[in-house]
Amino acid sequence: MSERDLEALAGSHLCKIPPRFDSIGLSDSAQILLLREMLRIRVFEETVADLVIQKQIVTPCHLYTGQEAVAVGICHSLRDEDQVFSTHRSHGHYLAKGGGMQEAMAELFCRVTGCSFGRGGSMHLAFPTKGLPGSSSIVSGSMSIAVGAALAEAVRKSGGVSVVFHGDGVPEEGSWHESANFSAVRKLPIVFVCENNLYCTHMPLPKRRVHDNFPEMAKAHGFRYIAQVDGNDVLAVAEAGKLAIEKARNGEGPAFIECRTYRWRGHVGPNFDVDMGIRSQEEIDFWKTRCPVETFSRYLLQKGVLSETAWKQIQSEVSTEVDASVEFAKMSPYPDVSSLTNHVFREGK
Amino acid sequence: MSVKTYAKAINEAHQQLLASDPRVFVIGQGSESPWFVGTTTVGLVETFGDERVIDTPISELVVTGSAIGAAMSGMRPIVFHPRLDFMYLAMDPIINHCAIWHYMFGGQVNVPVTIRGIINRGGEQAAQHSQSPFAMYAHVPGIKIVCPASPYDAKGLLVAAVQDDNPVLYCDDRWLYSLEEEVPDEIYSVPIGKGRRCCEGTDISLVTYSYLVPHAVQAAKELAQEGISVEVIDLRSLRPMDYGLIFESVEKTGRLVMADPEWPVCSIGDHVTSMVSRHCFSALKAPIEQINFPDCPVPASTPLEKAFFPGKLEIMDACRLVVKE
Repeated sequence: MSERDLEALAGSHLCKIPPRFDSIGLSDSAQILLLREMLRIRVFEETVADLVIQKQIVTPCHLYTGQEAVAVGICHSLRDEDQVFSTHRSHGHYLAKGGGMQEAMAELFCRVTGCSFGRGGSMHLAFPTKGLPGSSSIVSGSMSIAVGAALAEAVRKSGGVSVVFHGDGVPEEGSWHESANFSAVRKLPIVFVCENNLYCTHMPLPKRRVHDNFPEMAKAHGFRYIAQVDGNDVLAVAEAGKLAIEKARNGEGPAFIECRTYRWRGHVGPNFDVDMGIRSQEEIDFWKTRCPVETFSRYLLQKGVLSETAWKQIQSEVSTEVDASVEFAKMSPYPDVSSLTNHVFREGK
Repeated sequence: MSVKTYAKAINEAHQQLLASDPRVFVIGQGSESPWFVGTTTVGLVETFGDERVIDTPISELVVTGSAIGAAMSGMRPIVFHPRLDFMYLAMDPIINHCAIWHYMFGGQVNVPVTIRGIINRGGEQAAQHSQSPFAMYAHVPGIKIVCPASPYDAKGLLVAAVQDDNPVLYCDDRWLYSLEEEVPDEIYSVPIGKGRRCCEGTDISLVTYSYLVPHAVQAAKELAQEGISVEVIDLRSLRPMDYGLIFESVEKTGRLVMADPEWPVCSIGDHVTSMVSRHCFSALKAPIEQINFPDCPVPASTPLEKAFFPGKLEIMDACRLVVKE
């Protein structure tokens, strides 16, 4: 991509400057929790990248490194019973919503102790007790399912909210438009979170769309709460998420948030797609200066919210947690072959 | 107990399911329309309101997917399609999501959705308003399929489908809507996976389902006058299939005629005949006969349309052939 394209993509007001971290009135401990959750995802994903390189993990992993602020910022305002629907790139959403880390790691090792008992692999993580009924690896596949979770809440008036994370390629599927229109016409309690990381697999946005206009599309479908935020600014995401979730919960209908962000690694696997001519090293280096974890930790340290000692302590705890999850996964057995055809149907009926 | 039509039996099942279980809701294109679904949804929205009887835009994918998502979230939706032909637009939620979800997440999340696909055809409606591609869905592990051929089964199987913890594709047939018989007034279910012996016979096992069942029963009556004793089996449920009932009958008669109301290649009929060949080979006294639609799309023109859909006469010819052999 030329520099001009990159500039156009990034959006002058969102991504050419470092994240702003405007205070949104969160307590110190809440802000530290956001940082900690982002770090958990970062260390988990970077560890997974190494394990893939070592061929210890075989299942195709679509890594979330660089996008941590989106999952963490949105999930901050969700309750356990609110349901989150995700994509092939689901590790971050799963961890941010409260899915167990060791069960996730074991699933990446496809072991029987995994969160999907070794039947799902990287693209299909579930943790129903935390509002994670499963993720779909079909691009746009989660859209209508997530609308259904919101429809269930609406029919039984149970007050829950459904959140669907989707990439910037999804509004190029018909499913997105059907889901947007139907959610709006039924005023369903759902939040669409578009993680615009500027690429859909190998294709940059300008090659796929004439207009860079995701919020306008939501507006055209009748969404009333629409936001476009710096997806590397966890406070900006958290603020937009809080408002969107509140409005959806209060019966004001669906909400749409576009988070501009960037995935550091390639579409799938640990590589960076530079060697394949898809992206430039300069582009990746630029986005690394906008690292959501690094910039936020620096901000909290500078403001005195976080001490160097406390930060080191967090890093050490997270590292220990991730290491333990790898040990747990490695020690776990594979599913027994005799279970191969179990669970096609729920037994009993 | 009173005499009801097949359409009335479906309507009554809806009424009673909605009245007895707050998790049930109905969603689909034309629930308030006077013509989309015959009379099967008449009165539902008036009684239960438009939050539980949802008429939708023509968006098959999201309508089906949302019923599937709601089922994952603990509801018992009935999502309907006025034509099976239109349901192809919802293949991704049905196959990639609904059917495999329980397996893919190790049995943690079940999908108790009833997908009602209505078969309509005839009257020169042509190729996109006439299809009944049962085998296409039966191919996929994870979905049960029922095809009621009587008013009693139309009501009881719909109740069973909604009460089942798994996804069930329920295919009712507009050609059967005016059939009448005694149907209980109270709510009841017909077990999924069990076929029905419509009449006993000793010379031929005639296995069929859906709109061909009444044709098969009439054929059996007329063949009796020719001295041919035909046992008619209505599969009712295509998945799981009642193999025991089929094998038991073929072991007795030694002859099989399979009358299958769909295209011939990789069909339900092919599956039944293959299973019988493998499991009852030594009992067979004659080659198996199979009836399907011709291997072409459905035409509009009345003479062509008449030639397309088999009925009693084709079944009788096949039966005469297997006893002659």
